[in-house]
Amino acid sequence: MSKNQSQRNIGATHMIKKFFLSSFVIFSFIAYVVHQRFSHPDLALSPTPTMTSIVSQKSFTVSSSNAPFTTSVHPTASILPTAVPTNPGQYKDGVYTGPQVDAYYGIVEVQVTVYNGQITNVQFLKYPNDRRTSVRINNIAMPYLQQEAIQAQSAHINIISGATFTSRGFAMSLNAALGSAKN
Amino acid sequence: MGMPITVEVLDTLAIESDFDDVFAYFEYVDEKFSTYKQDSEISQINRRELSLKESSPDMKTIFKMSEQTRLETNGYFNIRHNDMYDPSGIVKGWSIYNAAQILRQKGFGNYYVEAGGDIQMLGTNTEGQDWRIGIRNPFNLDEIIKVLSVTDRGVATSGTYVRGQHVYNPLAKNELITDILSLTVIGPDIYEADRFATAAFAMGRSGINFIERLEDFEGYMIDKDKQATFTTSFEEWVLHD
Repeated sequence: MSKNQSQRNIGATHMIKKFFLSSFVIFSFIAYVVHQRFSHPDLALSPTPTMTSIVSQKSFTVSSSNAPFTTSVHPTASILPTAVPTNPGQYKDGVYTGPQVDAYYGIVEVQVTVYNGQITNVQFLKYPNDRRTSVRINNIAMPYLQQEAIQAQSAHINIISGATFTSRGFAMSLNAALGSAKN
Repeated sequence: MGMPITVEVLDTLAIESDFDDVFAYFEYVDEKFSTYKQDSEISQINRRELSLKESSPDMKTIFKMSEQTRLETNGYFNIRHNDMYDPSGIVKGWSIYNAAQILRQKGFGNYYVEAGGDIQMLGTNTEGQDWRIGIRNPFNLDEIIKVLSVTDRGVATSGTYVRGQHVYNPLAKNELITDILSLTVIGPDIYEADRFATAAFAMGRSGINFIERLEDFEGYMIDKDKQATFTTSFEEWVLHD
């Protein structure tokens, strides 16, 4: 019981301290505003708080135990990657093979089949296990879900969510294969 | 596997040592859970030099969470593969969440932690808006195909296509997941978003149905025909300029 009371007392003292402190802050601010008004009448009354943004990036290379870590700190604004809209376009029918791309853990090579201008099959000719795999086309109806064709956006963004480094080999080989299929 | 990590804190009081603390935490996680490192604890477990019982509290936590996720996803999430354990599918989201908690405990209110395309964020960006997150085009990594406006949540994208990486179909071991290229999940936090994104991606086309059934989760799936399928309330997070 007495413990609670003493805590309450401490709280009350804090309250008073806070009150004095905030009164002082408010008073100083008013004084500053009045001073600014009279000394610089042209200045807009918006004290802009400087929002400094720090981005720090580090790359972890977990495959080699002795790889040095690199850190970079940019005291500037956030990363703003520009998205370049491109026309997905139509593809010529045929079978296209992408180049062999080093996907870090091994070589990846992708083959794309285009039929009626649509990609009908994507096959790995090569991947680290060196086994061929075919793709099954599955068209299960999804009544509750909505669909749309993906489209490039050019809006300003802060962060990117997406396929990471591990999938780059696949994407590079697939892109190159599709590149040669372009009309 | 390379995993670039980005930490951004907008609060003016943030100093370099705050970032060092976050990165030091990721280094600790990497040292313990990297299957690429011979001296990591997980490698010792895989070599049967260390039993799970003797392992560290964090290792036990990860195994417990992995087992819980395996049960919740009908076996689609499984860290056990050919009698070896690779818990990276659960460690990633868990460590991003914990790293963000470090910043929260320091009293920061406007930040994000991003590792390999998975994000936990809080507060607002420099313009005072919710964080703007771009979903990368799996066909062209320089392109953004969707912009989301999100805060105080986790956004994870699963999109690895080669078996031997962390996403494969554990129920049909010789099958690659090639029907779908990318699955983005918005969840209550990055731990939840990441584990369900990984599991749902392994389900192939039906993964988006799995996300649809989860309460408080939304998903956006991109298939090999450049078609996107998304859950009923996903649109609420999409930014239209």
